[in-house]
Amino acid sequence: MRIEEIENEIVEEFELFGDDWEGKYEHLIDLGKHLPLIDKQFKTDERLMKGCQSKVWLRSELKDEKIFFTGDSDAIITKGIVALMIRIISGHTADEIINAQLKFINKIGLLEHLSPTRSNGLVSMIKQMKLDALAYKQLDS
Amino acid sequence: METITKNSALNIQKLRQHFPILSQKVKGKPLVYLDSGATAQKPKQIVDAMSNYYQTQNANIHRGVHQLSIDITIAYENARTTVQKHLNAALSQEIIFTSGTTESINLAANSFGEKYIKSGDEITISEMEHHSNILPWQILCEQKDAVLKVIPINEKGELLIDEYKEILCNKTKNIAITHVSNTLGTINPVKEIIALAHEKNIPALIDGAQALPNIKVDLQDLDADFYCFGDHKLFWSTGVGILYRKEKWLNEMPPYKVEGGTIKTVTFEKTEYADLPLKFEAGTPNIEGGIGLAAAIDYVNVIGLENIGAYECELLEYATAKLSGIEGLRIIGTAKEKASVISFVIEEVHPLDVGTILDKQGIAMRTGHHCTQPLMEHFGIPGTIRASLVFYNTKEEIDVLVNGIQKAIKMLK
Repeated sequence: MRIEEIENEIVEEFELFGDDWEGKYEHLIDLGKHLPLIDKQFKTDERLMKGCQSKVWLRSELKDEKIFFTGDSDAIITKGIVALMIRIISGHTADEIINAQLKFINKIGLLEHLSPTRSNGLVSMIKQMKLDALAYKQLDS
Repeated sequence: METITKNSALNIQKLRQHFPILSQKVKGKPLVYLDSGATAQKPKQIVDAMSNYYQTQNANIHRGVHQLSIDITIAYENARTTVQKHLNAALSQEIIFTSGTTESINLAANSFGEKYIKSGDEITISEMEHHSNILPWQILCEQKDAVLKVIPINEKGELLIDEYKEILCNKTKNIAITHVSNTLGTINPVKEIIALAHEKNIPALIDGAQALPNIKVDLQDLDADFYCFGDHKLFWSTGVGILYRKEKWLNEMPPYKVEGGTIKTVTFEKTEYADLPLKFEAGTPNIEGGIGLAAAIDYVNVIGLENIGAYECELLEYATAKLSGIEGLRIIGTAKEKASVISFVIEEVHPLDVGTILDKQGIAMRTGHHCTQPLMEHFGIPGTIRASLVFYNTKEEIDVLVNGIQKAIKMLK
């Protein structure tokens, strides 16, 4: 599936909950439980994203021109957000990732997580994923 | 707290009407604002006074010969006197307007450090300091090859005074301690701390950011050499604060920022600086902030600091008892002398997650390290959830908080 298609799928999933914020968050927390976990050996300070209230680790690998991410967080809601991002971004080419618009965030009412306050670092997460993609692209050319 | 009369005389519901922001809904729920330690809400009376200021009084101070400028200069200098009287400082020129607590400490560290700190000297702070009262001294120590000493705390979050006595020596050139811990709520025995420093002729700076809203501060009684605070926790605006310095220090120290208003005469060869307090007030100040600060002090005094203290003490006791009843919840900071700030952690749940779920219920709290990372390290936690209570909060709001936390635990565990 293309990135946008996965985004739409997620939007539909969250729409089912309507105004039920508890349901939305429980779903997000549940997604976190199925996150492709970063291998323990890579859970180092080097892979730790700085400036977030919760700890977020992200790691990427290139396989057959596609970039795959694993991650983790010490906060359970943040972990759900990491899982969402990985579900959308992982398994795509560098170009696809760099050009991803990620409109789903507005649509599922996660906008508050995008505020540049020192909270759960969704902004840093997206930036890091795109930077990784850019790095693989430059490596390739 | 220090001022306790058990029968609080305040009409809280009436006082809440001074703060229209408190009656709004957030996320469809009545707002429960428990983050006044980050910044306090602003009473309508001062908002109206400031609206009037912009519409009828605005002019620049100190330079103009016209009526508006003269009037506002008088109002601004009266504001300085209001601050002086409120803090019982000896002289109004000892009150320096700054942009907030952070600038006050930076100003003090810079101009004091420039003149008095040399290689091998020691500066003493404590383990519970806000980063704003760590970094300026740390930088000063790096620049001057001086040493930063840290007073440790016990598990309740109280300073270890015996250790402090050990640290003080003839190399110590300054101490900088918070009056009230923003994270733990601990009220430090600053009078004793200052007296111990003075026995060895060491000047003392006190960070009063978290103290001013609920404690009566008497600078001559405390005998502090420097005292810093900002106005936004004291029910008025961000961007204005106070640095109190004993006149002796002000005269001896070089200015920190310079511009037109800080001088007597300028030639390319030499500049002669202005008298106090203008020597330290470079640039057009936050005039309305200064006037608003005085209005905020008047506002607090009309309600009465004793009444405020007594009621907040009641709120603190109530919240402590209620929160302690939640399984897995641990209060961080259980000092005997405590202001109405409660930090806590919950077993197996990240503070940020709790804060997020509370926000969904219209409850505004602060989560994280509260700019006191060394303190978090001491307690071995990533952060806390903090409720800071002031006179416009109610016991009903604490009940809402308790229910909100229970819901969060159910969802997150």
